[in-house]
Amino acid sequence: MSAPVLVLSGVTREHRQGDTVVHALRGVDLAVHPGELVAVMGPSGSGKSTLLHVAGGLDTPTAGRVLVEDRDLAELSAAQVAAVRRRSIGYVFQDLNLLPSLTALENVSLPLELDGTRGGLARRAARDALDEVGVGHLAGRFPDDMSGGQQQRVAIARALVGPRRLLLADEPTGALDSTTGEEVLRVLRARCEAGAAGVLVTHEARHAAWADRVVFLRDGVVVDQSGPAAGAESLLTAGGGA
Amino acid sequence: MSIRHGLLALLERGPRHGYQLRAEFDAATGATWPLNVGQVYSTLDRLERDGLVAQDGDPDPDGRIAYRLTDTGHAEVRGWFASPVSPKGAPRDELAIKLALAVTTPGVDVLSVVQTQRTGTMTALQELTRLKTRAAGDDLAWSLVLDSLVFRAEAEIRWLDHCEARVARAAAARPQNAVVPVSTTGPAVRR
Repeated sequence: MSAPVLVLSGVTREHRQGDTVVHALRGVDLAVHPGELVAVMGPSGSGKSTLLHVAGGLDTPTAGRVLVEDRDLAELSAAQVAAVRRRSIGYVFQDLNLLPSLTALENVSLPLELDGTRGGLARRAARDALDEVGVGHLAGRFPDDMSGGQQQRVAIARALVGPRRLLLADEPTGALDSTTGEEVLRVLRARCEAGAAGVLVTHEARHAAWADRVVFLRDGVVVDQSGPAAGAESLLTAGGGA
Repeated sequence: MSIRHGLLALLERGPRHGYQLRAEFDAATGATWPLNVGQVYSTLDRLERDGLVAQDGDPDPDGRIAYRLTDTGHAEVRGWFASPVSPKGAPRDELAIKLALAVTTPGVDVLSVVQTQRTGTMTALQELTRLKTRAAGDDLAWSLVLDSLVFRAEAEIRWLDHCEARVARAAAARPQNAVVPVSTTGPAVRR
């Protein structure tokens, strides 16, 4: 198996609240390889979102290491971490944060242009990313003229645009109906199968089931994880209907 | 699952012999509940005894006997579709029984029983989702059966979440007797 895109090693994150120390994460180990989609499940307050923020360089662990494409984020300057965030990591959040005054194409090409890519190249890459998630025909539309599902696809295209290999999604299907949510998961899954590494935070078992592995967090600790079973067929014959 | 009603419903399509019934049952349910031919013929025998089906003509050259619905059989099928499946008729729920025993058996870590089941059910749900992505979009019958299993697995996981919360709350209410190794009284984690 090729080297992991994301490695969390003994990651602990504490917050101080007055005199008390709250452990959001306690000694979490996690490696996500290219081609793999990992779901993180747990009740509210279990540390799911903190895990995603730490993995994406938006928050810093109190102890432990975070490596993105072999680079230890703690050893990088703030500017270098920002560059890793722009170039290597794509985020999809529940609130889409699309800029209403920009078209779908401009929303997607913006991060590349901010990173110094020339306009023509950036727009071409943005067009490819929109095509990949099936909304290439909406390139000229403004967010307000699109459905929730279409906007979420644009947000995913923006997360995927360029050579990013780590995809972090926090409840990406939150605001969508179940059929549209499933389409979004299909897109995430396809992108991971094409070589990206994905982490999906969700509280919906049905959505987590799209992942290759499901990690269960409880009080900041990984308590268990589920991987693929021996074979799908065994499931159906082994009393699946009982 | 009532094989009896499954076979009666298939016979609404017209006379069938046992092998055909088995093949059509498997096709309709995506082999989710595979039947063996012995089960099919013993069920047909009982249906014939009860007057719900009758033999349809002579055996074919291979000696196979086709069966058709009687009027009583037709009425039975209509009644089956018209009534809900009774939860009372469902097989005993081993998991519910297991958890009920777990909370009353000293020394059992209920939360780990819950988590073990959750991981198992989650793995099953992942496999079902994989089957769903592979299933041809036009096979409606099969995809509805899969959806049913998906929703059931999801419901079981929700129920396990509920059990976990109930067990944790009960443990917090009786700290001296807590059999559950989990801290539920600590400060909430800031998100």
